[in-house]
Amino acid sequence: MSKRSVIPYGPQHPVLPEPIHLDLVIEDEKIVEAIPSIGFIHRGLESLTDKRDFNQMAYVAERICGICSFGHGYGYCETVEHIMNVEVPDRAKFLRTIWFELSRLHSHLLWAGLMADAFGFENLFYQCWRVREKVLDAIELTTGGRVIFSVNKVGGVLKDITPEMQKMILETLDFVEAETKVLKKTFMNDYSVQSRMKGVGVLTKEQAKALGCAGPFARASGIATDMRMRGYAAYGELDMEPIISNDGDCYGRCEVRIGEIFQSIDLIRQAIAKIPDGELAAVVKGNPNGEYFTRIEQPRGEADYYVRGNGTPNLDRMRVRTPTFANLAGLCETLKGADYADIGILVVTIDPCISCTER
Amino acid sequence: MNATEGKNEIIRISPAELPIRAMEMKEKGLRLSQACAAWVKKEERLELSYSFVDDTTYDIFNLRIELSDKAAEGETVKEGCGRDAEVASISGIYPYAAFYENEMRELFGANIKVIDPDYHNKLYRIKEETPFVPKKEGEAK
Repeated sequence: MSKRSVIPYGPQHPVLPEPIHLDLVIEDEKIVEAIPSIGFIHRGLESLTDKRDFNQMAYVAERICGICSFGHGYGYCETVEHIMNVEVPDRAKFLRTIWFELSRLHSHLLWAGLMADAFGFENLFYQCWRVREKVLDAIELTTGGRVIFSVNKVGGVLKDITPEMQKMILETLDFVEAETKVLKKTFMNDYSVQSRMKGVGVLTKEQAKALGCAGPFARASGIATDMRMRGYAAYGELDMEPIISNDGDCYGRCEVRIGEIFQSIDLIRQAIAKIPDGELAAVVKGNPNGEYFTRIEQPRGEADYYVRGNGTPNLDRMRVRTPTFANLAGLCETLKGADYADIGILVVTIDPCISCTER
Repeated sequence: MNATEGKNEIIRISPAELPIRAMEMKEKGLRLSQACAAWVKKEERLELSYSFVDDTTYDIFNLRIELSDKAAEGETVKEGCGRDAEVASISGIYPYAAFYENEMRELFGANIKVIDPDYHNKLYRIKEETPFVPKKEGEAK
C-alpha cells in the first residue's frame, strides 16, 4: 500500500479564482479524499438585516458576489414581492430576463476563460475574455455598471432599455455568437483540450442526484433540471429547454456551458422581440410580514432564497443557498481517484463562486 | 405570465420527528434543496428549516423545527423542544445534508448530533467566535 499524505490546497493558489481550502489525502499521485473548508471571505451579509431595511437589502444582496450579482438581487426581490403580494409589471419582467441572461453570458464566458487558463491554453483564455468585454459593454450601456448592475428593486426595476439600446444589444449578440462559434471549435474539437477534459472527473447521473448537485454541473451528468423552466420573470413567455450532456466529465460540463451561451443569446433575442410597453415598477406599500422560499437559476445553478419579515422595515432573516454550496459534495466526489495534476481543472469545472457561498 | 409556483409549504415538526419525515421525503423522490437556521429575535427562538423539492412540480416542502426556552403566554416549553434540544442529523439519509448541518451548528449553535462528516465547528474558518446567535442566560462568554 502506498504511503498516504495530506496536502493542503488553497486558499491561495494560482489556479483558484477564489479562496477555498481543500485538505487532499493522496496516495502517490492519486487523491483518496478531499476535505473542504470555507469562510475566508465570510462577510456576514445576511446579518445586515439588523441594520438595513428591506429595500436596502436588495443592494446588499447584489453585493454577495460580483459575478452572480444581478441574480442575487433578483432572487431577493422576487422573494420579498411574494411575501408582499406585489405584481411586477410585465415590462419589468422582460427587462429582468434580458439582464439576467446578459449576466449569464458574461459569467459563462468568464468561466470559459478561467477553464482555458486552468488547462494551460493562455491564448484561448484571452479570446474568451475579449468576447466577454463586449457583453460587459452592453451591460454598462444599459445599467451604468459593468459588474454590479443595481437595477433591481422590490416591485420592479429602476432603469429601462430603450429601442436604441436594444439594437446595440442585438448587434453585440451577433458578435458574441460569431466569436463563440469559433471558440467552441477549439473547446470541443482540439485534441490537446480534449485530452485534458475527456474522461476526467466523471460524475454519473446517479451520483449527481445522490449528492444534490445543481446547475450545469448536474446537467452535464444528464439531470435535466433548470429553474428557468419554472417560468419566473419572463421565462414563461420564452421557448427553452435545459441543455444537458450525458458524459458527466469535464468535457460534458464545458459542452453544457458553451451550449448555454448560445441559449442565452437566443433567450435575449426572444425577450427583445416580445418586450411589451408599460411601467417599470409597481408601487410597494408597507413592510414584508411573512416568509417565503424562492428558487432561481443562477449561472452556476439553482440558488435558494429565504426571507422572513416581521412587519417592520428590518427583516428577521435573509438567507441565500448558493449553487456552489450545493456542489461542494459533488466536487469532493469527483476529486476522489483523480490525478493530483487535474485538481485545478476539476475545481474550475464546477465554476466555483466562493464569495456567494460564504456570503 | 405567471410563474409555475408549485406548493410552498411549511410543516412544523418536533426534533424527534426529523429523521422519519426526512426518510418519507426521500421515499417520495424529493431532493433536499437546502437547510438553514434562523434566529427569531422577538420570540428568542431558533428555527431550523429543511427544504425538500420536487423537480417535476416545483413543490417545496419545508420541515420546520422550532427551538426555544421561552414559551408562549399561558403555555409551557414543549418537552424536547428547548433551545439545546438534540436534533438527529439526516446526513445518513441525504449525505450532502452534512454541509448544511455543519453550517447550522457552527454559525447558529443548533445541537445537531451525529453529522457525517463532522467538521467539529471548523467548516468555516473565520476569526469571530461562533455561533452568532445570543448566548443563553448564565452561559459563559
